[in-house]
Amino acid sequence: MPHIIPRPKLTFAEKMYLPAILGGLVITLRHFLRSLFGQTRITLQYPEQKWDENLPAHYRGAPTLVKDEWDRERCVACQLCEFICPPRAITITPGELPADSRWAKVEKYPEQFEIDMTRCIYCGMCEEVCPEQAIFLRKDYAITGLSRAEMVYDKKKLYEIGGVMDGLVNKWNDLK
Amino acid sequence: MSQPNPEIPMLNVQIDGTWHQFPKGTRVIEACRQAGKFIPHYCYHPRLSSPGNCRMCMVEMGMPRMTPDRKPVLGQDGRPEIAWMPRAQISCAQDVAEGMGVRTDSPMVRECRTGVMEFLLINHPLDCPICDQAGECRLQEFSVEFGRGGSRFLDEKVKKPKNVTLGPRVKLDDERCILCSRCIRFMKEVAKDDVLGFVDRGSFSTLTCHPDRMLDSNYSLNTVDLCPVGALTSSDFRFKMRVWFLKETRSICTGCATGCNTVIGSREHKLYRQTPRENDAVNQSWMCDAGRLDFQGIDSLARLAAPRMTVDGDRTTADWTEAIAAASEKLRGVAAGQLALIASARMTNEELFLASKLVRSLGVASEHVDVLPRTGEADGILLSADRNPNTRGALLAGIASSVPGSNLPAIAEGIRSGRIKGLLVLRENPADCGIPETDLAKLEAFVAVEMLDFSPLKHAHVVLPSAAFAEKRGSMVNGKGRLQRLNRAVNPPGLARDDWEILRDLLAAVDPATPAFPQIEDVFHDMAATIPAFAGLSLGKIGDAGLALNQP
Repeated sequence: MPHIIPRPKLTFAEKMYLPAILGGLVITLRHFLRSLFGQTRITLQYPEQKWDENLPAHYRGAPTLVKDEWDRERCVACQLCEFICPPRAITITPGELPADSRWAKVEKYPEQFEIDMTRCIYCGMCEEVCPEQAIFLRKDYAITGLSRAEMVYDKKKLYEIGGVMDGLVNKWNDLK
Repeated sequence: MSQPNPEIPMLNVQIDGTWHQFPKGTRVIEACRQAGKFIPHYCYHPRLSSPGNCRMCMVEMGMPRMTPDRKPVLGQDGRPEIAWMPRAQISCAQDVAEGMGVRTDSPMVRECRTGVMEFLLINHPLDCPICDQAGECRLQEFSVEFGRGGSRFLDEKVKKPKNVTLGPRVKLDDERCILCSRCIRFMKEVAKDDVLGFVDRGSFSTLTCHPDRMLDSNYSLNTVDLCPVGALTSSDFRFKMRVWFLKETRSICTGCATGCNTVIGSREHKLYRQTPRENDAVNQSWMCDAGRLDFQGIDSLARLAAPRMTVDGDRTTADWTEAIAAASEKLRGVAAGQLALIASARMTNEELFLASKLVRSLGVASEHVDVLPRTGEADGILLSADRNPNTRGALLAGIASSVPGSNLPAIAEGIRSGRIKGLLVLRENPADCGIPETDLAKLEAFVAVEMLDFSPLKHAHVVLPSAAFAEKRGSMVNGKGRLQRLNRAVNPPGLARDDWEILRDLLAAVDPATPAFPQIEDVFHDMAATIPAFAGLSLGKIGDAGLALNQP
């Protein structure tokens, strides 16, 4: 059965549009006067002014890699983030740690780790899936570049933004 | 399932309340599988002996209740009443018996599985993020399905050797090992090279190799497939790619005339591994290491990626239309009696069939056509003495002489003396066929269809880049006369094309009267109409398991 929605009956004033337009103009005028006399300050003069310190703790900005308190890269190249990433922004080339490395026990590390920031949708699934707590969404949101190639962040850049995070996982000690 | 053998008596077995019939000698775990009841297991493998040491396949069993005069007590349905044993039994080392009852999913069985999983995980490291087995690990799967989800174990885990090099192709992580002994039994029973074993006792039991030996058998990588956990890993595939990314393509190995059935694992047009695919008529569940690692040349830097022509002494790349036209012109510029064609028994039936059409169209004399034989020592397990995968196909297509390779000396001599002025080489290195480079330089027309760029090709007037075994479709006939299919897993590099397309276009350029073959199925159709052994067949009918040809 079709469900019929009756057309609303408009009064003459509504049909003329003018009262609604005038109502809108009044609101605009009110805002104009209030900001003119310094009663409201809504506009932020970005990029001179920024809202960064007020960003909430769970803000989802650029995904980055972090190191632990011993300067070990936490990522072990399990490629779960690459698998889960909805826009397929992450590309990892896994490698084997050399036997003389201080962390040789961990065996595996990412030889290359690239995130294509033009593809990233800041969903945070990589952070959620990471079993080693190696990838975190930081608060950087102004991600720009002059070319597409520049927007593909490599491992070095990701660690630069990510920095150090300590105290979360302590799995790779000898008590494992 | 095979046909029931009338000699073997059938036994009545009750599985989860339903009565089934199985031939005498069937293992209980196998009977349950046939009845559609999967029983989790680690150490049991249908092609190996049953040591019964993982304890994962516990089921409840019972035998008919007997009256004092040893007659079974019958229930209301006329079937024997079952007296259940008070404790669970392993199902992998027990054969079915008349009137036996099995419960595969009772509370006691479920509790057993949870308990066994807890014990197996006590010393197992939680390094799934770096373990290559993750994604195809039985321990992962069963701990999700039957495990308790958390550990109650408070002590330190036992430390064992990690990253041990067992052999040139296999690495061992003893901490991950659950002591199922599949690898030990495989090396002893199938590979006949008993080098693996357990040392030490209890929690410290460790898989190890004989002190003076290495796990260097040509079948060593099968232990990696058999390993239900990540204890044994392949040095070649180690840390290359997680298994859940791999696209699986069913194909066959082209390393020898056995034609082992394989699964090719690839991702984004790059090959990562080959694993054996079960086929009772060919390779059971195994394949040799040499064949398994045979794909590595595909990524070689020497791959030809564009057609190449030599015009007035200058080598230039060309497009396909130019290259095919130039090849056809060169070959037709030589009198028919002065032409020779060397094909390869590594080519598919379809390619060989098109090559045979080319032989007729160009009028090449039959004594100027042959393939290069490759032989080695058969090992009595899988590896065949004939290292060409499709010698039988070459014989059927009439490309190989009755003794393959016997025409080659005459062809080489003809080129040396200048009697042969034109040469078409398909997928072989003329140097291997006994034709030195100095003689190749004398040829008036030298056309090659090849995948890799090797030195003699610098004398070729036209080089047409072709595809490797994992980059093409087609069929081959193995040493036992079984017709099997190759499938495309990855794309060829650059402008390189499937061999059959190159030969089809070359054929059309040489002889405009040839019928069009838009698809490889059309080539097979024409071949089935011409070669009696293939009569009535099509590429689709071959199926994944292949089929035996009628001809010997």
